[in-house]
Amino acid sequence: MELRIDRSCVERCRKLAAAIADPVETFIAAHSTVSVERAVLRLLGVDGITAEEVPLPNAVVDSIAVDARGHGAAIPFGRALAETGLEPPALAHALTSGGCTLEQFAETPESAARGALRPYVDEALTRITARRAERTEALVRLPQLPPPLLYVIVASGNIYEDRTAAVAAAEAGAQVIAVIRSTGQSLLDFVPYGPTTEGFGGTYATQANFAIMRTALDEIGERLGRYVMLTNYASGLCMPEIAVMAALERLDMLLNDSMYGILFRDINMKRTFVDQHFSRMLNAYSGIIINTGEDNYLTTADAVDQAPAVLASQFINEEFAHRAGLPDAQIGLGDAYEINPDLEDSFLYQVAQAQLAREIFPEASLKYMPPTKHMTGDVFKGHLIDAMFNLTSVMTRQSIHLCGMLTEAIHTPFLGDRALALENARYVMNTARHFGDEMVPRPGGAIELRAQDVLNGCEALLERVAAAGLMHAIEAATFADVSRAPEGGRGFDGVFARAADYYNPFEEALAPAAVRA
Amino acid sequence: MTKLVKPYGDTQNDGKVQLSFTLPVEWSEAADEAARQLAGKMGFSEVQVVDGRRIASGFSFFVLYASTPQGIDVETIHAPSVRASAMSMEEIDAFVTERIGRKVRVAGACIGTDAHTVGIDAILNMKGYKGDYGLERYHTFETFNLGSQVAVDELVRYTQEHRIDALLASQVVTQKGSDVKNFTALSELLEAQGLRDRVVLICGGPRVTNLLASELGYDAGFGRGTLPSEVASFIALTLAERLRHAVR
Repeated sequence: MELRIDRSCVERCRKLAAAIADPVETFIAAHSTVSVERAVLRLLGVDGITAEEVPLPNAVVDSIAVDARGHGAAIPFGRALAETGLEPPALAHALTSGGCTLEQFAETPESAARGALRPYVDEALTRITARRAERTEALVRLPQLPPPLLYVIVASGNIYEDRTAAVAAAEAGAQVIAVIRSTGQSLLDFVPYGPTTEGFGGTYATQANFAIMRTALDEIGERLGRYVMLTNYASGLCMPEIAVMAALERLDMLLNDSMYGILFRDINMKRTFVDQHFSRMLNAYSGIIINTGEDNYLTTADAVDQAPAVLASQFINEEFAHRAGLPDAQIGLGDAYEINPDLEDSFLYQVAQAQLAREIFPEASLKYMPPTKHMTGDVFKGHLIDAMFNLTSVMTRQSIHLCGMLTEAIHTPFLGDRALALENARYVMNTARHFGDEMVPRPGGAIELRAQDVLNGCEALLERVAAAGLMHAIEAATFADVSRAPEGGRGFDGVFARAADYYNPFEEALAPAAVRA
Repeated sequence: MTKLVKPYGDTQNDGKVQLSFTLPVEWSEAADEAARQLAGKMGFSEVQVVDGRRIASGFSFFVLYASTPQGIDVETIHAPSVRASAMSMEEIDAFVTERIGRKVRVAGACIGTDAHTVGIDAILNMKGYKGDYGLERYHTFETFNLGSQVAVDELVRYTQEHRIDALLASQVVTQKGSDVKNFTALSELLEAQGLRDRVVLICGGPRVTNLLASELGYDAGFGRGTLPSEVASFIALTLAERLRHAVR
């Protein structure tokens, strides 16, 4: 199906998104954050915890005086590498157990530091490139089923139970497994360490947990003859670090939104803008598809009213993603099926919005999220609403399809719930596989008019944001009715200006131009 | 006279129920039979396994119909509702103006690590829920929506510092009883700080019942489908009642 929408309006929206991103990009280029620096250390091979269970990347970055942070963590760490001859993990232990300090090597020439860093930088990039190549090879040898890719969530709190659930879901037809994080992890200013068996509403994202799940999904993928993707969540105070861990453990997707943390987790906007940029550079390099979080606009306010905000956020997310070097196929822009089911013709509005996104972002890996807000505990009605969502997804050719659970709003999914949800999706998508190809929306009909209305509303919204500037627009509660101050929220104390000699050895290698070439 | 009520399929007292569950066994005809016998052990009779199938290696899913011999006397059940006496926004504003004579200060938060603000936002935000305006819209309420992941001690401190009249604690995540733990921690800390009697203490969330709330030492609990005006009515009526006693 195809809508007749005003293409010039789409072009104007893209120009507005670029105008919105410009000043933010200037800010990003002049700043770094503690989590970016910790990500650099992780890439260099610093991993583990101190005797007090502080992650080593945190302990090393925290050992740098606040007024010296502007140079970045790499050069002082590189000086210590050059002088001590230790490997990065051993050096990190020495630095955090009183064996030596970064200051004691302050006189070492910067060139020596850069030289000492070089092999570890190359090693990290080689490792990530190898993981990316593994995925490419596996996708050829073990082809996925056609999109929409069926995506389900596991969230027991215990990584070993999650593994059982994930394998069962893959057998039932899941093509993407997301391990939901423990509620609250997005607000931790460190990444927990090691395998974990306790969590609330989810399981901690740790590198060990990533590896456990990757191994299990690779095994079941071989057995099923189709690659099973693994997803986790970068959003929060540790976006760049989680991007590193995901690259090293070959995750295939990461939730990564340029504004979600600001609006819905009260994370400082400057922190988020800087963090999302470096984390997305890493995602681009490692071949990871980002998933943006536009569904959140719809769950916190009326879905009909918020449709233009969803589209505006998609344009902004696309623009920031391009600037971090992500190609369209790696940009999973979000949307959700959240219109009140009691509303007459709500299905038409859902189709209009989903199809609009498909046409405006034809190459993007659109991520479609299931109904949650109007799911009540009536599992029978819920299963039916999910079927309508499944139909919308297949007829508008969404790329990534988060399967709705009939027990949404009751509990984190049972193993049987997931199997029922996957059966529902497989049935609807199979029975209506080419339905969208056969449909022509009535010219000037309700679907087309609604799509154009949303697009017009989006343009007006982007104009307001461009005029105010993104940071001030967020402060003026332009998005999701939430107001956040540029210097308010969590994590602002971890943002700092780059000194003239600031150095991040990975920036050059990951620079968008380098990745594209 | 006691009147026992049984589930109703298509005939009075047939006791018919439907069940579905997963067993961690590979599907086979023996697995169907195991499901049937398991339902028998649960106390059901006339058990029919209407669907049994493999859903993954080592896991099977079953749908059953069966009869229960059990009945219940509904007359003996006590589950007080707090939603019956709701007034409209205009009525509540008039009531507060007349009976309380000042603005009512209401604070709300998702406590503990819970980040799901859907419920508290539906009650507090201007927009409200299902066409029923949120408490921010009331002339006689001053509301403070503290958002998600608010620590219990932080909320208690806020209550004291801002002289809060009514406190709304929301929990959506219920995994491993985290909701009950957090609700309990809040009521206990308020008690310990001597603030419990100074606030109308309310909990809410999709799994909250008023019965649970009273067991946890709350004044009221509001579950799924609650409208803001129902919460506002309860706050206004309870506060007015307390003031009346205080004056005496």
